[in-house]
Amino acid sequence: MAWFNRTKQNIEDQQSRDMPDGLWTKCSNCGEITYKKQLEENFYTCPKCNKHFRIGSNQYIDLLMDEGSFHEEATDLVSTDPLHFVDEKPYTARIAKGMRDTGLRDAIRIGTGTIEGLECTLAVMDFSFIGGSMGSVVGEKFSRAADISRQRRIPLVAITASGGARMMEAAISLMQMAKTSVRLAQLAEARVPYFVVLTDPTTGGVTASFAMLGDVTLAEPNALIGFAGPRVIEQMTKKKLPEGFQRSEFQLKHGFVDHIVHRKDLRRTLSRLFTLLPVPAKSQEIASNGLHARAEA
Amino acid sequence: MAKYVLEFERPIFELEEKIAEMRSMSDQLDIGDEIEVLEQKVERLRVSVYEQLTRWQRVQLARHPDRPYTLDYIALICDDFIELHGDRAYGDDKAIVGGLARIDGIELVLIGQQKGHDTKENLERNFGMPNPEGYRKALRLMKLAEKFSLPVLTLIDTQGAYPGIEAEERGQAEAIARNLLEMARLRTPIVNVVIGEGASGGALGIGMGDRLLMMENSWYSVIAPESCSNILWRSWDYKEQAAEALRLTARDLLEMGIADGIIPEPVGGAHRFPAQAAEALKGSVLPAIRELMGLPLEMLIERRHERYASIGVWTTAG
Ligand SMILES: [Zn+2]
Repeated sequence: MAWFNRTKQNIEDQQSRDMPDGLWTKCSNCGEITYKKQLEENFYTCPKCNKHFRIGSNQYIDLLMDEGSFHEEATDLVSTDPLHFVDEKPYTARIAKGMRDTGLRDAIRIGTGTIEGLECTLAVMDFSFIGGSMGSVVGEKFSRAADISRQRRIPLVAITASGGARMMEAAISLMQMAKTSVRLAQLAEARVPYFVVLTDPTTGGVTASFAMLGDVTLAEPNALIGFAGPRVIEQMTKKKLPEGFQRSEFQLKHGFVDHIVHRKDLRRTLSRLFTLLPVPAKSQEIASNGLHARAEA
Repeated sequence: MAKYVLEFERPIFELEEKIAEMRSMSDQLDIGDEIEVLEQKVERLRVSVYEQLTRWQRVQLARHPDRPYTLDYIALICDDFIELHGDRAYGDDKAIVGGLARIDGIELVLIGQQKGHDTKENLERNFGMPNPEGYRKALRLMKLAEKFSLPVLTLIDTQGAYPGIEAEERGQAEAIARNLLEMARLRTPIVNVVIGEGASGGALGIGMGDRLLMMENSWYSVIAPESCSNILWRSWDYKEQAAEALRLTARDLLEMGIADGIIPEPVGGAHRFPAQAAEALKGSVLPAIRELMGLPLEMLIERRHERYASIGVWTTAG
C-alpha cells in the first residue's frame, strides 16, 4: 500500500529524472549515449530503445499544455505533521528536505490551461517529492482539481506517479483515497470526462483510487503500475515475478489500460480525446438526473 | 485445550486457572470466601491491565485467533442470514463473505472480511486477505442493497488486500478503486465497523460509508505496524514504535475525526467474551442504521461526501 522503497536512500533521494547530469547521458536501459539537448527534444525518451525516463511536473506541464496557458491553483498548500510522526527522523524534516531538494511544495500540482487550444484541468504528480506519496495535500489538491473541472465543465487530466499513501499521515492519508474518490463520483455524476495518464511508477493507494478511475486510461510505455509493490509480492508469494509483470503492457493485456501512448504523442492524444468525448451540456445533465428520479419513484 | 495467550494476559490467566482449580476442590473444602476474594482480584487485574494497553498490545488483541470474526458475529447477531457467493465474473472469494441478513427486524446486506481461527480455516480464507473478486462480490452485493433500498453493514477485518501475482493480473487496484467510487455514491445507508484489523486500501475497499465505528480493540491505518517498521526503520523490529507513531487505535481515529464511535468491548477483550462483544456491536450498529434510514437520500449522500471532504490537515504558506 504505502511506497515500498526500503532504503533510506530511496525514500529521500528518489529523483524525478533517473538521468545523470551533464551534456551527454547514457541510457540506463540500452546504454545508448545521447546528447542531452536531443533527449529533451525527444521528450526525455531514449531515441534508441524508447525508454521513458522519469520526469517531473514542470516537464509534463511544458510538454502537454499550450505555452503560457497553464494557470496553477492551490500553490500555497503545504503538508503539516498532524500526528507528530517520528520514525528515524521527524516527518517535518522529511517535508522540509523534500521541498529543498525539489523546489516543490508537495507531490502534486494542479491548474487549468489549454491543450491544443482546448481547456482542461491538469493534476500532475511528482515522484521526486517523498516518493509521490499521497497525504492530505495531495488529496486536497486533487479534490480541488476535480471540483474546478466539475464547476467549469472542462475535462480533468491526471498524470500519476506515486509510491502510494504517505505513511506519516497514517489513517489520514488512507482516507485521501476515499476523499478523492468522492470528488470523482461527483465529477462522474456531473458527466465531466476524466482522463488518466499512468506514468512510472504508479502503485499503492494512488493506483487503488484516482489512478484507476479514469473514463479513459492511458499509460506511458513500460511504466510500473500496480497495487502492491513487486518486492512485497515476492516476499508474500515467494515466487519470482514474471518478465514484464505490472508494466503498462501487462496492464493493457489484462484490461486495465485503454492505450499505451508514447510521451511524444500524449498531447495530441489528449486533445483528440477531448473532442471525441466532449463534455455534455449541463441541460443534458439535468435531464439525466430527472431520469434517475423517475427510476426511483 | 491449548490456549493462545498474549504476554500481558498471562497473569490474568494464571489467576483464573487457580480459581478454576480451587472450584474443583470446593466440594470437599470450605473455600468459597477465598474464591470470591480471588475473583475480585482477577477482575481488578483485568481492569488495570486493559486500562493500560499500549497501541501494539491493541494490535495483538485485534489479531487474536479467538477473536470473533465476521461469521461469528453473523451467528451471534443475525436472526437470519443467507450467504450469497461469487462476483459473477471470476469466482467466489472466501476472504470476503456477504449476504442477506436480518437483525432485530431490519433486513440488510451484510459484508465482511473473514479470517480463519486455525491454519486450515486460514488457508481456506486466505488469512482474510481478499482478492479482486472479493471486492467485486462486495460491490455486487452493495448494488443489490441499493436496488432494494436495504442498508449495508460492512465488517472490516483484514491485514490487507492480497499482494499476489494473480491479484494484480485481475486488477486489485482497480477493484478497490471502483468500490471507493461506488460506495461514495451508493444510494442507501452504509455503516462500517472495524472488528479487528483495518489495514490500508484492502480495508477501505469495503470501508466507506456514512458511519465508521470501531471495536475498542481494533486498529485502522494506512499500513500494518510491522510493514511500517520495515520501510521506515528498515527493520521488522520497530513494530511497537511504528504502532505508536501510526496512532492506529479506535481512540486515535476518534480523535482524528475519522471514526464516529467506539464500540466498547468486555474487559478482557472480545475474544474472551464474544457474545458480549456481539451484543455491544449490535447495540451500536442498529441505532446508527435506523437513524441513517430516516434521512432523505439526497441528504444522506451529501453528508457522506462532506464527511470525507473534511478529512485532511494542511497549512498554507505565502
Ligand atoms: Zn535506451
